[in-house]
Amino acid sequence: MTSNKRRRLLALCASFGLASCAKQESTTPKSPGAGLSMRPYGDRSPFEKTLRGARESTKSIGVGSSRTPLHELYGTITPSSLHFERHHAGVPVIDPAQHRLLIHGMVDAPVSFSMDDLRRLPSITRPYFIECSGNGGGELAGNAGADASRSHGLLSNSEWTGVKLSTLLSAAKMQSGASWVIAEGADACRMARSIPIPKAMDDALIVYAQNGEAIRPEQGYPLRLLLPGWEGNASIKWLHRLHVASEPAMSNQETAHYTDLHPTGKASIFSFEMEASSVITRPSGSQKLAGAGFHEISGLAWSGRGKVAKVEVSTDGGKAWQAAVLDEPVMSKAVVRFRLPWQWDGQATVILSRCVDETGYVQPTREQILADRGPNSTYHYNGIKSWKVEADGSVKNV
Amino acid sequence: MFEALLLSTLLSQTVTGRPASAEEIRKFDITVFPDGKGLPAGKGTAAAGKEIYKAKCAECHNEKGEGRDQQYPRLVGGVGSLTSPKPVKTVGSYWPHATTVWDTIFRAMPYETPRTLKPDEVYAVTALLLHWNGIISETFELNEKTLPQVKMPNRDGFIPDARPYQKLKK
Repeated sequence: MTSNKRRRLLALCASFGLASCAKQESTTPKSPGAGLSMRPYGDRSPFEKTLRGARESTKSIGVGSSRTPLHELYGTITPSSLHFERHHAGVPVIDPAQHRLLIHGMVDAPVSFSMDDLRRLPSITRPYFIECSGNGGGELAGNAGADASRSHGLLSNSEWTGVKLSTLLSAAKMQSGASWVIAEGADACRMARSIPIPKAMDDALIVYAQNGEAIRPEQGYPLRLLLPGWEGNASIKWLHRLHVASEPAMSNQETAHYTDLHPTGKASIFSFEMEASSVITRPSGSQKLAGAGFHEISGLAWSGRGKVAKVEVSTDGGKAWQAAVLDEPVMSKAVVRFRLPWQWDGQATVILSRCVDETGYVQPTREQILADRGPNSTYHYNGIKSWKVEADGSVKNV
Repeated sequence: MFEALLLSTLLSQTVTGRPASAEEIRKFDITVFPDGKGLPAGKGTAAAGKEIYKAKCAECHNEKGEGRDQQYPRLVGGVGSLTSPKPVKTVGSYWPHATTVWDTIFRAMPYETPRTLKPDEVYAVTALLLHWNGIISETFELNEKTLPQVKMPNRDGFIPDARPYQKLKK
């Protein structure tokens, strides 16, 4: 059968809802060349269409964000092609052979590393989430997202490989009095953030790999800072300079933006940690349950302060809560998947999830957050997310 | 612990990375601190900044820093709005340090051609924005000495992060 005829037959099967016919046809090729053959760099099945939702925020190309389609993914690792993005001046093209990382300022031995230099050093591989502190900003503002991508999609989780920042700072011999390091990217706007030295010497990484291969251009190729558990904006991409100092630079990003305004008119500055949060991704907004009976409720939970200790799920609008299963291993400052079996009686209801981390911190409600820091704090929203399951099985944001 | 000790010994002996020269550092170092450290010599006034602003900034930020199409940031006004239901965060109402204005313009603006403005031009445009916000006069000369001394209206508007708002277990 020619491929044209095959396609027509498949289309015919699909239009009549003959799933079994289509399935048999697609899984039993009539010729060896009809399927996917060996390729030097693989791609997903042409039947898979999941995409990031992307948005340019100005007419100047390069300022904007794209969101991970959390509600269409499985497990905990975000495919690199679907990692969320937030850029302030586009994605630079950087030749790794030319790229260097300069460490200077309050150090006795200013040093410049090539990518090869960095790859020679002892490496660490770990999963960590990166979450934009603007994630959930719409929920705070009362413009809740219709699906989990729009509500929580500025969150992704990858396996990162790189060098401990403490290794590099030790090599440069920091002087006494050094208390901040200003990290700068090689993007057009030279985005910069000031990082306290205790974090730099704790678990901060300089990473060159993501999910087993070189990090993607959108994630900072060839080199980025990774600050586990802290707001994504501070994990500077396209990292090319580390300036050790006794004070923060008070850069644009850490003053004009990424500060949390309170109703008093004062704003919290250097609010880095991402607090415990969770979201049910199945069933979630824009999905539809096929009918009453068994369904697994499943979602993602994370905390910037350490390990997730417990996730509780309610299927009756928050009256009763049950502990969900956490899929092992539960890793510090990484996303964990939670699951709970559910017999749906076919009645309309509201489902919610609540994360508790190892410090005892309990994910708050939106009302608690509004009471703590008001409606204009913009960043670090981590309120309990609820979804309404209608009697017809459709799931909507509430 | 043993690994850390071994590593520090090895690293002190291993040549990884090369010493960075003073010239290399000078070329890359554009950090400006609130006390003025890092500012290059130069000067400018609001009066001198008008033509530069018109040519290089107004397309996005509008004629007098009012922003455009709710897309490009408003740079002027908003003082007194931070406690209102709709806070307007601008250079005048929100930014705590004048050095950040200079640094932002120098490192990141104009958006399409960043780092093409000369230090004098950056001082001039910074002076214009501060003048439009009623912070300095039209003839006040901004330079590497006077800029860090400018007190911004919201200089004391920032507080340390007080989270978590709930008690954690020890």
